[in-house]
Parts: sequence; C-alpha cells; structure tokens
Amino acid sequence: MGYLNGFKVTFLKLFEERVTTEYPKEKRPKPARFHGRHVLNRYEDGMEKCIGCELCAGVCPAKCIYVRGADNPEAAPVSPGERYGYVYEINYLRCIHCDLCVEACPTEAITESKLFEFSFTNRADAIYTKAELVVDDEGLPQRQPWELWHDGDDLATSGWMRATASSGNPDYQNRISWSGELGYGVRDPEIGQHLSNVRDEADVPEGQYPSADSGDHH
Amino acid sequence: MTGDPLYLDGVDLVDVSIMAVKVLVAFTFLLVATMFMVWFERKLISDMQNRIGPNVAGPWGLLQTFADGVKFFFKEDLRPENADPLVFRLAPYISAVTAFLSFAVVPIGGSFGGGSSGTVTIFGRETYLQVADPPIGILFLLAMSSIAVYGVMLAGWASGSKYPLIGSVRASAQAISYEAALGMATVVVVVLAGTLSTHGIVAAQSGGFTRWFLVSSGIVPFIVFLIAATAELNRPPFDLVEAEQELVGGFHTEYSSIRFALFFLAEFMNVITMSAIMVTLFFGGPAGPIFFGMTWFWPTIWFLLKVLAFLFVFVWFRATLPRLRYDQLMHLGWKLLIPLILFWLMFISLKELRATYDWNWVVTYGAAFVALAIGGSLLVAALRAGDRAYQEELEEV
Ligand code: SF4
Ligand code: SF4
Repeated sequence: MGYLNGFKVTFLKLFEERVTTEYPKEKRPKPARFHGRHVLNRYEDGMEKCIGCELCAGVCPAKCIYVRGADNPEAAPVSPGERYGYVYEINYLRCIHCDLCVEACPTEAITESKLFEFSFTNRADAIYTKAELVVDDEGLPQRQPWELWHDGDDLATSGWMRATASSGNPDYQNRISWSGELGYGVRDPEIGQHLSNVRDEADVPEGQYPSADSGDHH
Repeated sequence: MTGDPLYLDGVDLVDVSIMAVKVLVAFTFLLVATMFMVWFERKLISDMQNRIGPNVAGPWGLLQTFADGVKFFFKEDLRPENADPLVFRLAPYISAVTAFLSFAVVPIGGSFGGGSSGTVTIFGRETYLQVADPPIGILFLLAMSSIAVYGVMLAGWASGSKYPLIGSVRASAQAISYEAALGMATVVVVVLAGTLSTHGIVAAQSGGFTRWFLVSSGIVPFIVFLIAATAELNRPPFDLVEAEQELVGGFHTEYSSIRFALFFLAEFMNVITMSAIMVTLFFGGPAGPIFFGMTWFWPTIWFLLKVLAFLFVFVWFRATLPRLRYDQLMHLGWKLLIPLILFWLMFISLKELRATYDWNWVVTYGAAFVALAIGGSLLVAALRAGDRAYQEELEEV
C-alpha cells in the first residue's frame, strides 16, 4: 500500500509549523553585503564625501549615473577638496545593483544600503537626485514616500564598501580600510572579513571576527 | 415512490412560492458554498504544504474568493481572433448551468426512517428538501455530467488555439472513459435501491449505518465511483485537461474575465455537487442520529458534514497525488476500473435476482463463477496481447 503513505505525509503536514514569511508585514534578515539602493555618505564632520570625479558614472555598466562636478565654493565648501558633486542622479529603472560604482569610488562616497522595496508610480520618482541620495544629519538614508521600510532597514548602509575598499596606501597591499561616516565614525568590518587589515583589534567585540594571527595575507 | 407530495393535491400559488423559495435557497446555497469551497481548498492545500494561504481579505481570508470574483468582473474580456464567437461565449454557460442543475435533484435534508419519508412541512404543505425529485433523478445526474463535458470541449474547440484544443480532446476522451465506470457504479446502487429517484435511493438507505449502500454494495462500487468522479471532475491527479506544465491552462487558456470565472465557478461547484451525489448514493444522504427532536435540523447538518468530508478528501487528493500520465489514465480507466465494476455489477445483480426469484444458491453462484472465470481469463489474455503489441510497437520506433 505504498500509494497511501503519501496521504499520511500530507495529512501530518496540517499540524506542522508554517514556513511562510508574511512578506510586507515582516521581512527576512538581509545579508551583510546586500546590494540595495545607494546613499551618498558624509564625513563625520558633515562634509560630503563625493568629489564629483565621475568615476562611478564611468564604470556603471547600466549607464544609470549622471554626475556633474563643480568647484567648491570657498566660503562654504561642500566637500573637503577642490571639487564636489554638484549634480548626482541615479536612475533606478536601469540600475542592476552590481555595486561597481561603490568599488570605483575613490572616496567611499557612494555605498549601497539594504533598501530595495520601491513602488514609485512615475519615471521622475525612479530617478533619485542628490537631495534624495545624500544621508541626513544622523548619517541615515532619507526615506522616500514610495519606499517600504521596516525598523532597522536603514542601518547597514555600507557593508559591500567595507568588504572591498582599498586603503590607497601602496605600503599596505591587499589591505583594506575605510574612512569614518557621519553618525557612525569608523564602522566595524563585516562578518568574515580579516580584521588585521583594518584597525586596532582592541576595538572589536570578542570572538566576532578572526584574530590577526590567523591571517594568511601578505 | 410517488414523487414530491407537494404536488399531490394540485398546484396552487403556495406550492409555486414554496418551489420558488427552494430554487432560490438552493441557488444561493450553492453559490455561497462554492465561494467557501474555493477558500477551503486554497487554505487546506496551503496547510498541507506548510504555507499559510489566503489570510488578508476578511477574517482568515474568507472573502478572498469574493474579492477575486469582483476582480474578474472588472477585467477586460478578451476573445481571440480565431475563436468561434458564438460557441466561445456559449461554452462557459454550459459548464456553469449544468453544474447548477445537477444539484437540484440532491436531497439535502429531511428525516428518513422511523415511518417518515423525508418530508418537511413548510406553510402547512409537506414537501421534500430538494428542488426536484424526478423519477429519473440518476439519469438526470448522468446526463448533466455528460453535458458538462460539452462545456469543456466546446470551449477548447472554439478558442481557435492549440493548447485549449489539446486540453479539450483530452477532456472528452477522459470523460468518455470514466463515465462508463461512473455510470456502472451508479447502476449498482440503482439495482440495490430499485429506483432511479434520488429521494428513493436515500429512503432505501434509511435505518442505520449498515443499510448505507457503501456497506451493502461492498465498498468497491464506492471506490470506483470516487476515482471515476475525480476523473470526471478533472481534478488532480486526473487534471490532464488543464495540465499547466504542458497546456498553459488547458481548455480555458484563452478565457479571461467573467467567462473564466464561470469555468472556475463550475469546476468548484461540480466538486460540491459530486460530493453531494456521493453522499446521496453511498452514505445515506442526510441520514444520521437526531438529537433534541429537531427533526428538520439535524439531517441537513449531517448532510453538510458528510459533503465537507468529501471536499476534504478531494483537496487531500490534490495535495498528495501527482498527475497521471495520459496512458496511465487510460490504463486505469479501461483495464482496471471498468472490468472491475462490470464484474461487481454482475455479481450484485445476480444477488438481487436470486433473492427476488428465489433461485438455487449453488446453480446461481456456480454459473456466475464460470462466467467470471471465462470472462476474466479472456480479458487478461486480451490485455496481455494488447501490452505485447504495444511493446513491439515501442521497439520498432
Ligand atoms: S550599482 Fe551598478 S548599475 Fe547601479 S549605479 Fe552602481 S554601477 Fe551602476
Ligand atoms: S560618488 Fe565617488 S566616484 Fe562617483 S563622482 Fe562622487 S566621488 Fe566620484
């Protein structure tokens, strides 16, 4: 009676736990390096990181970034340095969230957050302007009316950047490091990332990351 | 059996109004029941798959079907260019109307046994709790289930598109194959009850569990009927008619909007009707213990509970069994169910004849055994030969 065993299986399922995540009401946790929509970061002193170099626009395979740089006004500079991003637009009807722009950016200005649930109803909303992309005074992304946010969705906004950012110093080959962010300072590395590359081990919570000695870099 | 006592003393206005109320109640009941059946199926199948199912529209998602129905009304009604305009429009109604009509002859309540003959009293008139009790009720049911196939067949044919056509060809072949087994399983019941009237069949089963035809016909006809009914309803595991993986949607691929909704409605309504028919034929209809003397109330409750059990079974089938291949379907129908129920029908008829005419036991069953042996071996030989020919054909290819 092998045929009838199946009926038992399906019947017993009635009393099992459900696996459904009731999506818009609850969300599953996202991976640390999830590629969501971008934010434009600022330094801890509030200065914008973007220097308007257009490297991100150049590398973007979807050609969805539009940047125009301009000289910093001497009286009230927007970014430390000569120039700043004067116009900055990303078209989310085209972006494929490859994060190449994040890797290309020399100043870690652009990073990707965990936010990806947009339901804009027109093309203008799909194009995020600089005013919408730049982080607010707490260093958090700005919420757009058509985005679905849950608590904490806006927190981890630069995981991928911290996994890939090169330190820029030729003495430190294969090492990564990153600058501070407004509201956070220098953020901790992500899970699985070698800590010796980053900063004082003493600052890092016990047991969370592999120790410097176990590293096989260089 | 004299038919519904409502008409015994001529027909006046009260009789007509009672009739109208009955039709209205049956119609509404069936519509609402179908609505909940869709919900029930979706909820139960998701429970059986560790999912949650509809839970947003109304409490526990109860209004999901209603929401779907409203949506269907507002959808654009498309008709393919190649479709036959008249038949394309007609087909959904054939399906839906036959689904409604079959239910009319099913007795849904009334206390049988203990001297009463299943009547209730409304406005001082005695009547049956069923819309109609034609003397040929069973024939009517079989006729309706055959006409329903036309709905599916014409829909596929008139769509002017290949998938629906294949679906409808499958549907007609499947219906023809299984209608034979279905009909003969019904005939077993008719032979036992000695009447074609559904009311008569329920009355013949009154007086306790052992008199249900499930038991007194020896379970086999019921099992054959259940399998054939599942095939007749085009429900899994026999849903080749609308096998999504092969035929998109089968016969209703080209249908949209309210016409699609009608097919959908008919399909689920047929499930309810078929369950009700099975309860009537094999499970004593509304029979069941009566508490607190509410004689009109309990039979209906028992009837509904039994129907619900069958609805559960149909959903359970769907959750458990994978779809049959087409040759397996035909194999099961022609080589297993039909011979089996044929022999069973012969056996039951013989039993009844012997009881009626008081034939000699040994001669009767001896002759039956000889007939069975000859028929059986001929059949097995034929099947073997068929299989061999098929294998040879396969090897040649
Ligand atoms: S994530 Fe990729 S596609 Fe999107 S803006 Fe950056 S480079 Fe372009
Ligand atoms: S985001 Fe980075 S790469 Fe793009 S223009 Fe600004 S500084 Fe250059």
